[in-house]
Amino acid sequence: MNSAFDLRIGESHIEVHKFRSGAILISALLALIIQAWLPLHFTRVALLDLPLLVTIYFGLSRRNPSTGLILGALIGLSQDSLSGPTVPLGLFGIAKTVIGYLASSIGARLDTEHPAARFALTAGFFIIHQGIVALTRRILLAQPEPWFNLHLFGAALLNGLAAIFLFVPLDRLRRPS
Amino acid sequence: MAVMPSRHKSLVLLAGVILLQVLLLAVQIKRDSQGRLIRSWTVGAVSPFERAGSYGFGWFRDMWRNYFALRGTRKDNQDLRRENDALKLRVAQLEGKAAEADRLAALLHFRQSQADVPMVAARVIGGSAGTGSQTIELDRGEHDGIRKNMGVITPDGVVGKIIDAYPNTSQVLLLTDKDSGVGAKLADSGIQSPVEGLGEPLLTMKYFPNDDDVSVGARVVTSGMDRIFPRDLPVGTITQVKPDNPFKQIRIKPAANLEKLEEVLVLLTLHPLKGSDSPAPAALGKPATAAASNPPPVANP
Repeated sequence: MNSAFDLRIGESHIEVHKFRSGAILISALLALIIQAWLPLHFTRVALLDLPLLVTIYFGLSRRNPSTGLILGALIGLSQDSLSGPTVPLGLFGIAKTVIGYLASSIGARLDTEHPAARFALTAGFFIIHQGIVALTRRILLAQPEPWFNLHLFGAALLNGLAAIFLFVPLDRLRRPS
Repeated sequence: MAVMPSRHKSLVLLAGVILLQVLLLAVQIKRDSQGRLIRSWTVGAVSPFERAGSYGFGWFRDMWRNYFALRGTRKDNQDLRRENDALKLRVAQLEGKAAEADRLAALLHFRQSQADVPMVAARVIGGSAGTGSQTIELDRGEHDGIRKNMGVITPDGVVGKIIDAYPNTSQVLLLTDKDSGVGAKLADSGIQSPVEGLGEPLLTMKYFPNDDDVSVGARVVTSGMDRIFPRDLPVGTITQVKPDNPFKQIRIKPAANLEKLEEVLVLLTLHPLKGSDSPAPAALGKPATAAASNPPPVANP
């Protein structure tokens, strides 16, 4: 399937995008590498969750909950694997699985091309992601983890802002409709 | 067989994937395992890219730091040079002040050690206008009690004598001037012979008999016979001795640094100075008695 196709729900016109071959894999890999490596040099970059942004973007764009949640699971598990032994496998995997599913489901119902929508959705998904991580840590792992605080609120806004700029080059990876 | 709706399929898939990961978490907790194999695969797959990224970033960072980030370096360099020059100037000023403080401290110490000897401290405010004479000008004059032919010294030794006294300034003929002279003797043996200037940095001791022994390094002090300087003030140190006829040729390096005078003392008396505990004339006590008990021949210039 080389071209985009439309989902029509009521009066809305939702476009499902396809991407160039390898675009999703390379984007996810790059996000993981940068996430693992960049905070070594710029500590404040650790506030960004690039794998989450990639999960959200492709979930919103492809609008297929099954592929969205699988992509989220793979990215999350990879992030767990690269996060060292203090992060058990599945912690970010579960959270990003849910985010991938939610993003795909919402993307099928809303127009997510507008920067404001991208900002709001990404900030919201970041908060949900953090909530799932906290839930997993507290309930399944019995580890202390804040549900939310001002620092995480700032991180949510920052990730929302980053999404506006990051999603633009990712848009160029789409196959022309 | 009923077909499951797409939305339900994805929900089931979601539940299944989450369940699998929960089980994975549970297994890790139960076995205290951290999923080493999965981690190993992931790290193995990602680390080459990380290494390449790190190398590329390092290259870019070096390029930036070593080339592009140096754009303002020229201006910084100029600013730092200017600052460095200003600081050098400041250091030189402070060193000058410190040296001046040292000199004044020595002068004060000497003055205090000779409290009963009337003398006045003066600052050198000018030098000789011509090359033929070696004079300096002081900032003290007749109003301060300075008169012609008074001796001028530093804690190190004899400087010269006042040749002209004006109301507020005075002029000193340095010991090195070819018209200058001082009654002197050897500090150790007490042999007397006048010392004269030659118009050059070294002095000469005239009329020193060939028969008398003198060696390089011997100290020369004032004899007091010229009625200008009290006896036993340091004049200099002998640096050269040559036999000649009828008198030896003797060269003396002045005790006072006549080329760098900044503050001096003008003696307002001809009374002998105390030599025992003063810094400069410290070696003057013994020769004075020797000179007094065994007066050698004196030849005034």
